[in-house]
Amino acid sequence: MPTEIEDLKAQALAALAAAATREEVERVRARFLGRQGVVTGRLRGLGTLSPEERPAAGQTLNELKNALQEAARSRREALSRAAVDAELRSDRIDVTLPGRGPRAGGLHPVTRTLERIETFFRHLGFEIVEGPEIEDDFHNFEALNIPAHHPARAMHDTFYFDDGLLLRTHTSNMQVRVMEVQPPPLRVIAIGRVYRCDSDLTHTPMFQQIEGLVVDERASFANLKGTLAAFCRHIFETDLEIRFRPSYFPFTEPSAEVDIRCVICGGTGCRVCGRTGWLEILGSGMVHPNVLANVGIDSERYTGFAFGMGAERITMLRYGVDDLRLFMDNDLPFLRQFAGGG
Amino acid sequence: MKFNEDWLREWVDPGVESGVLAEQLTRAGLEVDAVEPAASSPGLSGVVVAEVLESRPHPNADRLKLCVVDPGGGDRVEVVCGAPNARAGIRAALARPGARVADGVKVRRAKIRGTASEGMLLSMRELGIGDDHDGIVELEPDAPPGADVRAVLGLDDSVFALSVTPDRGDCLSVAGVAREVGAINRLPVRGPSPDPVPPAIEDRLTVALEAPEGCARYAGRVVRGIDPAARTPLRITERLRRCGVRAVSPVVDVTNYVMLELGQPLHAFDLRRLEGGIRVRRACAGERLTLLDEREVELRPSTLVIADHRRPVALAGIMGGLDTAVSGATRDVFLESAWFDPSDLMGEPRFYKLDTDASHRFERGVDPEIQKAAIERATRLLIDVAGGRPGPITDERAPSHLPGRSTIRLRAKRIERLLGMALPADEVAGGLERLGMEVAETEGGWSVTPPARRFDVAIEEDLIEEVVRLAGYDRVPPVEIEGTVRPGGDPETGVPVSRLRRVLVDRGYQEAVTYSFVDPAMQSRLDPEVAPIRLANPISTELAVMRSHLWMGLCGALVRNAKRQERRVRLFETGLRFRRDPKLEARIGDVEGWGDRGRDQVADVDQERCIAAIAMGPADPEQWGSAARDVDFFDLKSDVEALLGLTGEPDRFSFAPFVHPALHPAQTAEIRDGGEPVGLIGALHPNVRGELGLPSPVFVFEIALAPLTAARLPGYVPVSRYPSVRRDVAVIVEDGVAAGRILDEVRRGAPATLSDAVVFDLYRGEGIGAGRKSVAIGLTFRSESRTLDDMEVDGFVEAIVAGLEAEVGAELRG
Repeated sequence: MPTEIEDLKAQALAALAAAATREEVERVRARFLGRQGVVTGRLRGLGTLSPEERPAAGQTLNELKNALQEAARSRREALSRAAVDAELRSDRIDVTLPGRGPRAGGLHPVTRTLERIETFFRHLGFEIVEGPEIEDDFHNFEALNIPAHHPARAMHDTFYFDDGLLLRTHTSNMQVRVMEVQPPPLRVIAIGRVYRCDSDLTHTPMFQQIEGLVVDERASFANLKGTLAAFCRHIFETDLEIRFRPSYFPFTEPSAEVDIRCVICGGTGCRVCGRTGWLEILGSGMVHPNVLANVGIDSERYTGFAFGMGAERITMLRYGVDDLRLFMDNDLPFLRQFAGGG
Repeated sequence: MKFNEDWLREWVDPGVESGVLAEQLTRAGLEVDAVEPAASSPGLSGVVVAEVLESRPHPNADRLKLCVVDPGGGDRVEVVCGAPNARAGIRAALARPGARVADGVKVRRAKIRGTASEGMLLSMRELGIGDDHDGIVELEPDAPPGADVRAVLGLDDSVFALSVTPDRGDCLSVAGVAREVGAINRLPVRGPSPDPVPPAIEDRLTVALEAPEGCARYAGRVVRGIDPAARTPLRITERLRRCGVRAVSPVVDVTNYVMLELGQPLHAFDLRRLEGGIRVRRACAGERLTLLDEREVELRPSTLVIADHRRPVALAGIMGGLDTAVSGATRDVFLESAWFDPSDLMGEPRFYKLDTDASHRFERGVDPEIQKAAIERATRLLIDVAGGRPGPITDERAPSHLPGRSTIRLRAKRIERLLGMALPADEVAGGLERLGMEVAETEGGWSVTPPARRFDVAIEEDLIEEVVRLAGYDRVPPVEIEGTVRPGGDPETGVPVSRLRRVLVDRGYQEAVTYSFVDPAMQSRLDPEVAPIRLANPISTELAVMRSHLWMGLCGALVRNAKRQERRVRLFETGLRFRRDPKLEARIGDVEGWGDRGRDQVADVDQERCIAAIAMGPADPEQWGSAARDVDFFDLKSDVEALLGLTGEPDRFSFAPFVHPALHPAQTAEIRDGGEPVGLIGALHPNVRGELGLPSPVFVFEIALAPLTAARLPGYVPVSRYPSVRRDVAVIVEDGVAAGRILDEVRRGAPATLSDAVVFDLYRGEGIGAGRKSVAIGLTFRSESRTLDDMEVDGFVEAIVAGLEAEVGAELRG
C-alpha cells in the first residue's frame, strides 16, 4: 500500500479513536467516507488513472473504505456500550433499604389458636356456632342439669344482671341452644367469650372457650377419646401422651378431664405443671341423659359426647406465654410477636 | 380436702409408695393436687423419746428448770429447760449433743447459767410440727424412751390435698378415701372397730324433728362431768393439724376428728346453756342468732335451725351459736350427730356468706346411716381424753324423708353402647360390689342398689361411670368418629370472619381482645346517650358495664399504648356489643336457638356481632422517601371499603354525614347497607380525645358483621367488544354539596351507556370563589352494540351537566 494511503488510514483511525461521542464518530466518518469525503474523492478520481493502475489502486481504496467503515461502526458501538454502562451506574440503588408502603399487622394469639381449632373440627364435619354471651339461667345452668344452689354452681363464679340474666360461664349454653332447634345427628363447635367473676394470676374474668358436641346413634366414650386424642396431637403437633381421668360435670356422665404430658418439662415436673408432669387442658364427657331429655332428644336412641377447653391456656402452652393477663393488655410489642402465619 | 397418708394407711394399705397411691386416686377421679410432707422437719435427726424423771428449779435462774431425763438404755441425762410444762412423769423429745432439730441446726453441749445441759427438750416449732414455742411437746405416756421421735411422731408422713368434685361428698373423709383405695386395690377396709359406749347416766334431751324435709335424722347424747382441764393428746391434735384443722379443746377436737375420720359433722353444745329439749325447725321471721364467729345474723324463714325451747342455738348444718358454745369451763355437753338434706340446705351457707367444714359436707350429702356410729365414736374418744359419763343416745328419725336406696337397672348392652367397648361381666359386678353396692344378675345385665351415701349414683349412666372408672379410662380404646354429618363446606355467598380479619391485618392492623365489660366512665364518654347494661356484681368498678360499642375497649387499649410511646396505633376487634331494646319482649328462656346472622337476643338484650377498629398516628409506618402525614378519614374509609368489597357488591353500601355525641360532627358518617344503618365511621370528637389525653386525631369505625359476611354470587354480564369514550368535566358547586350527591345525579341523568363515573380531582381556592369547590369527574361511555360517535357523547355530557346545573346548582368550569 502506498505510503500516502497508509498515512490517510492512520489519520482516519486516529480521528475515530479520538471521537468521544457518536456524533463525533459520524463527523469523522463523513470527513473520510461521506459524499465529500477524502476517501470518496479518491475513489471518484480512480477514473483518471490508467487502466493498468486502476485495479490495484481501486482495491487499495476499497480496502481502506471497508476498514474505516468497520472502525467507525466498532467505535460507535463502544461508545453506546459506555453510555449504557454509565446510565446503569448512575441508576444504582441501595437494595438493602426497606420497601415502602403499608406493613401487615397480625392476629391476636388467641385468635390464632381458635382458628386452628376451628379448622381441625371443620375438617371432621363440625359446624361452627357462636351464640349469645348475656344468657338466661335456663340455658347456662338449668337445662344443663345444674339446678339453683347446686354445689357445681360454686365452680362457676357467675356475673349477674339485676333482672336475673347472667354472663355465660361457659360455651355449654350452646349445647342447649343447638339441640333446641336442630335434630341429631349433630356435630357442632361453639366458640366464644365466657365470663367468671374471678381474677388473679391464673384467672381473668373473661376468657375464650371452645365447646364441642356430637350427638348421633352411635357416639361412644371410645369416640370421645379418639376425637380428643387426635385433637391434642394435632394442636400441639407432636405425639403427646394423653391421660383421661374421671371427673365431674353435671351435664355429662361419665365425665373425663383430659391431661397432656407437660409440654414444658416433658413430664419431669416443673412450675407450669405444678410438678405433676401433667397439664389439664380440657373437660369432657358423655352428654347426660337429663340434658338430652331437657331438649326432647331420646337418650335411648341417641348418645352424645361433649368437650370444652380454654383457648388462652392452649395458646400459652403453644407459644410459651407465661402470664395470662398479657392477652387482655393489648400491648403492641406483645401483639406484634404473633404476626405472620396463615 | 386434706388428709394425712398414715391415717389412710391405718384403714387400708395397698403397699405402694405415695406417688403411686396419688396416681391411683387421680385416675379413679379423686384428683390429688399435691402431696406434701406432713412436718416441716427435714433436718430433724437423732431426737429420741425421754421420760422426765425429775424437774427442779435451776439454782441460778428463776425461770429455768433442771430436768433429769431417762433417754432409755439406762442413761440419766441432765438438761436445762425453760418450759413451764416440763415436769416429772411426762415424756418429751430429747435432742442430745449431735442431734439436729427441725431446721437442721445441730445441738451442742452447753453451760446455761453455770449448769451444764446435756441437750434440750424440744417444742413444737423445734420439731417442725407447729408454731408453738412456749412449752415442750408432751408425747404419749406410752412412748418408749430411747425411740426415735421421727418414727414415734410419724414425721415422714405425707399430706394429700385432694380436689373432690361436688358429686363425691362420700369421699370427704378418711373412711371415704379408704373405701376408694380398697375398691381400686381389691383390699378390705379396716376402720376403728365399732365401739358402743353404754350409757352411764339416764339424762337425755327430747328431740323434735319439726321440719323433717330438712332434717330427717338427729342423734343426740348428753355427756356429763368431763374434765375442763383435760388436754387433747398429741396423737389427735397432730392428725387434726395434718388435715388442716386447728386444735381448740378436747370436745371440739374430738368432734372434728370424727368428722375427718367418718365424714359426719358433729356439734357439741354446752348442756347448761340449753333450755328444754331440741327442736329442729325453720327460723321465724325476725329471729336473730349470734354465731360462733361472733357475727350476728338475721335469719330468713327458709333457714333450718337447731333451737331449744326458747331460741335458735345453731344454723343447722352450718355453724353453731355463740351462746351455747362449749368453753373452757364446760363440764356437761350435748353432742349432735344429724343428717340434713343436701337439696334443702343448698344455698343457705352462701346466703349467710359461710362455707364451713360442716356445710361443705352436708351440702354434698352425708351418709344418712352413720349418725349413731359417729356419736358412739365421738363419745369413746371424748371419754378417753376428758372423762365424763354418757347418757343414752336419742336417735330421732323421719323415715319417709330419709333417702331411700333405689335399685337401678344396668344393661350390658348399654355399657357397650356408651363406652364403645364391652367389659367382662364379673368385672362389672365385682367392681360395683367393691364400691359397696348390692348387685343381682338379671336378664342381659344387673340390678344394682348403691349404698345410701352415694347420692351421685342415680341412673344407669352413673353406674357405667363407676364401672369404667374402676376399670380405668385407659382401658377404653380411642376410636375416631366415622362418617360426615354435613357434607361440603361453607356457602359461596358467605364471607368468613377470618377473611375480614385478614383484610385488616394485611392493611396494618393488630387484632385486640378487650373486655366486654368496661369502665362506666369510658362507656358514658363514648356513648353518653345510651343507658348501659350494668353488672350486679362486677369484679371491679372499672369493669362494671357492658359495652354498647367495641370502641370502649379499643379506646382503652389505644390510651394504654399511647402512654407506652406507641405513636402509630392500628387496632381492631370482633365481638358483641350489648344494648337493651324495649321492643324485645321475649321473656327469659323463651328464645330458643340462636341468631345465625350475627345477632342474638336474650330477653330484651340485643347482642350484635361487630367488627371495629381504631387508628391514630401517621398514615403509613415510618419510612424513607415519603412525607409523613397523620391518618385521616379517607385512610380509614379505604379500610372500610376493603371490607365492604368482600361482599362483591360494594355499591350496596353508602356513607351519609351523621352526628354522634362522641364523634367529630363534621367528620362522621353512618354506613348504610341499602339504606339500613349498619355502622359508623368517624373521628373521635376533639373534646373526647382531649379528655383521654391522646396527642393526635383518632379515627374509629364499627360495622355489624352480618351484612359484611353476606356476599354476592358472581353473575356473568357480557363484556362489550366496542371501544369506550372518556370525557372529563369539572363543575363548580357550593361547598356543602357532597360528592356522593353529585355522582348520584350524574348516574340518574345518564344514558345506559355510562359505564363509569369517578371523581378524580377536588379543588378549592383561587378562581373558584369562597365557599365553593370544583369537582372534576371522569365519565366513561361504552355501548354493547356499537362504537359511540363523538357527537353522540357530547350530547350525553351536555345532558349530564344540565342535570347537575338544575339539581345541585352546578356550574361548568370553563
